[in-house]
Amino acid sequence: MLSGRLALLSFVMLAAVSVPAHAATIRITIDKLTFSPASVSAEVGDTVEWVNKDALAHTATARNGDFDVTLPPSKTVSSVLRKAGTVDYYCRYHPNMRATLTIAP
Amino acid sequence: MFKHIGATVVVLCLASSVALSQGAKLSDPQIAHIAYTAGEIDIKAAKQALDKSSNKEVKEFAQGMVRDHEAVNKQALALVKKLHVTPEDNDTSRALSKQASEKLNELGKLKGADFDKAYIANEVAYHKTVNGALETQLIPSASNPELKELLQTGLKLFQGHEQHAEHVAADLK
Repeated sequence: MLSGRLALLSFVMLAAVSVPAHAATIRITIDKLTFSPASVSAEVGDTVEWVNKDALAHTATARNGDFDVTLPPSKTVSSVLRKAGTVDYYCRYHPNMRATLTIAP
Repeated sequence: MFKHIGATVVVLCLASSVALSQGAKLSDPQIAHIAYTAGEIDIKAAKQALDKSSNKEVKEFAQGMVRDHEAVNKQALALVKKLHVTPEDNDTSRALSKQASEKLNELGKLKGADFDKAYIANEVAYHKTVNGALETQLIPSASNPELKELLQTGLKLFQGHEQHAEHVAADLK
């Protein structure tokens, strides 16, 4: 009985360790020089799918230097979030395009 | 000192020549012509900069101007074709073109860091002028909603260029 419980417990613990929470994919769209949504919460390990609907090249550039993603015209680019923090980012070509990513550890 | 006066005079001339036609309401074919001309002017200026400058940041900025203005003008041409609008030359377009060719000549005489500074200063001033015209004249006058929308996106784009030029200008100091 006890050994059964222990076995179950260890199985549950093993499962918890070996199957991490599923990393999410977050979509951020760029349309008419606007990042949308303007404010997004994510976790380290999540993937951001940057959908650039403009016929213009943009970048998603973190002010603190954590990431700098080039977004070619009318293309979708994916990047994985590697570092936690509240990151203000902008487009280097059009610095009036600004948004925020809040990345939990 | 003289350079500053020169830049101010150019801005005032541009602003006043753009304001010349303020009384008359602009038609969509005229607006399309002005917007297209304004883009062409900035592409020419950028090509001159790509030819003359050896500053990495200035060249990158100029490449961005060519890329963006060509993309927008392509959209503008597609739109006028779809709307069966023939862009119509007008006083504002002519004034813009005249000022621009004078500026090209003036900048053509400069070299190195002098050219870089003058080019970027003019980009700041030029985008300010065009944005002013978009906000106060072109967008309010546009009748077709699709044309209006393209101009509104253009305004956001050119405001971005103005800020970008201001960053480059600050780095050149």
